[in-house]
Amino acid sequence: MADASPIGIFIAGVLTLGIFSFLYKDNPVYKVCEAIFIGVSAAYWAVEYFYSALYKKFWLGVIPPEGSGADPDMWLWGGAILGVLMLCRMIPKINWLSRWPLAFIVGATAGLYMMTFFVSNAMNQIASTMQPLIQDTFLATLGSFTVAIGTVTGLIYFFFSKEHKGIFGGAAKVGIWFLMVTFGASFGYTVMSRMSLLIGRLDFLFSSWATNFGQMF
Amino acid sequence: MTLTRTANSDDRMQRRQRYKNAHTRSSSIALALTLLCGLMSPVGALAQDEQPVDSAAIAPPPAPAVNVHAEDTPNDKGKSATITWELSPDDTSRGIIDGYVVLRSESPSGPFVDTVGKATIGKTESLDNGAIDGVEYFYRVDAYRFEIDADGNQTFVASPSVVWGPTTTKAQWFNKKLGVMLFIFLIVAFSILQFITQAKTGKSNLWMANILFIILLGFFYSWVMAIIAAITMVLFLKDFYSGSEIFLRKIAGIEAVEEAIGRATEMGKKIFFIPGIQDMNDVQTIAGMAILGRVAQVAAEYETWLEVPVSKSMVMVTAQETMKDAYSRAGRPDMFQEAQVHFVTEDQFGYAAALDGMFVREKPATIFFMGAFFAESLILAETGNEVGAIQIAGTAMPSQLPFFVAACDYTLLGEELFAASAYLSREPRQLGSLKGQDVGKALFLVAMVLGLIVVLLGEVVDLPSWLYLQQYFKVD
Repeated sequence: MADASPIGIFIAGVLTLGIFSFLYKDNPVYKVCEAIFIGVSAAYWAVEYFYSALYKKFWLGVIPPEGSGADPDMWLWGGAILGVLMLCRMIPKINWLSRWPLAFIVGATAGLYMMTFFVSNAMNQIASTMQPLIQDTFLATLGSFTVAIGTVTGLIYFFFSKEHKGIFGGAAKVGIWFLMVTFGASFGYTVMSRMSLLIGRLDFLFSSWATNFGQMF
Repeated sequence: MTLTRTANSDDRMQRRQRYKNAHTRSSSIALALTLLCGLMSPVGALAQDEQPVDSAAIAPPPAPAVNVHAEDTPNDKGKSATITWELSPDDTSRGIIDGYVVLRSESPSGPFVDTVGKATIGKTESLDNGAIDGVEYFYRVDAYRFEIDADGNQTFVASPSVVWGPTTTKAQWFNKKLGVMLFIFLIVAFSILQFITQAKTGKSNLWMANILFIILLGFFYSWVMAIIAAITMVLFLKDFYSGSEIFLRKIAGIEAVEEAIGRATEMGKKIFFIPGIQDMNDVQTIAGMAILGRVAQVAAEYETWLEVPVSKSMVMVTAQETMKDAYSRAGRPDMFQEAQVHFVTEDQFGYAAALDGMFVREKPATIFFMGAFFAESLILAETGNEVGAIQIAGTAMPSQLPFFVAACDYTLLGEELFAASAYLSREPRQLGSLKGQDVGKALFLVAMVLGLIVVLLGEVVDLPSWLYLQQYFKVD
């Protein structure tokens, strides 16, 4: 906030307090701050997309600036055509055309990620599980066994074709225990990181904003 | 630099000994000169300049790498050659050899000025990732060492290998390393077809295709993998391939979906469906849309108001189409209004602030969180909990699941999110897909357990090939 103007710091502090007021209950101040937040962010992202997608990516891609040495990228017209088809939603007679870009996005996404996820989440996960179990120290050995048992039982939990009964059910129960312990650790870790965000915000309020407030009034 | 390797190992030992002796001698001379320079610097400097160079102090270059070989990198998209060699006989410790440089030329006689790869001592392979497909290249591997003389000047001493070539690069149509994946895909794909048939007609005869694929897997790829696939089929055959009804175990979160919609109907309050903050290029959002279809259909049947605030324009359009279709299927197309799906803002926390406001002011009876969520997950789920809504969440974001587990009534964990749509709709194609994926999971489970047993046995009885199974699953 070193380069922010005094008025900017003042507004940032007031808006922060306004959002914090939601902790008490919904109130007019929060509503105003919320509306400003939504309005400003929606406008910001609209401009950002216009600049980065339409101008920087498309316009400069199909008509490269003189002297850049780049060739026009005709593939970008494909994206542009799909974008225009999306706009057909606003014309009732041909609004069905907007389904084509949707189908393209969903189909391409599924196809592209199928291999990526299969390699990273299945093949490499299995290869990584087949590691030496007996290590140099007791703790390392315990860790290896924990990872192996956790992976196998966790996978058993996610079987949908078999009732969780008997040995299978016991293994699934161990699997969900592993998941819950992991969630607990992750919860604590994330809460701590959120606390640091809160401290950062309070630091802003009590140092930059309070000092600025004192100087302004 | 020498261009050919002439000395045998005895010669090298003698040369190395001469070099060490000479180096010790020259070091002593340098030390004496330094002391003299310190006492009488002008005279000392002059004397140093006039010191004759001891020819024996120049170390012989390292012995070159041998058996250099270059070939097109297999199973890639071209523009890459793999260069291999055997270690230089001098590759024993740093100092005699510092590493290898791989040089490229379009002519066997050179000049070899393009450095296309480097390797440290002990390495025998390097990739040339800058090749042009179809061009003939010649490669040379130079074993090198940096020498620093008494004045601190660094000299690059290298000995080139015999030139290898020509080698050309090209792209391959098939990545043979992914062969095992292809067979797993085929087994899963035919399992899916079989289960779809079973879900539609109550019987199936496609399981024979899987046996065929297992035999093909063994014949063309690996009998070890074929045995794993066969064990999987035997272990799970009874449950997976029998009976006329498609069996799926109960998942509490999915069972509660209709109950949650019914609760909103009874209370006369609205339902919120939040599809996450990712766009349609995220599989979790796609899964969320599939669940929205079923939720919207039941909401239409119950005549309960369903609202979907979104943060991405593509998601808005997809959600509108999904809901329109769902309301038509429910026989209530008149009830659907496009305003039920509305855009809020792209900004993550702007979206969260807006949703919090909506939850508090409109007090929905039910909230669904189905999709990809990030840091806003707990903010949303906690506010929903505060207003007393029944909340069902589903995400595959491991870092956000703990918050949903803590603050929601039901949570679909990872894979359950993707299964929810099939559970809710009981549609044959989706059911078949889900059951087919279970075949894949069973295959991986058996492979993992067998692999761990082999690893453990290998360690206990000291088998050298204890990581044998791992190679089939290692994909770069």
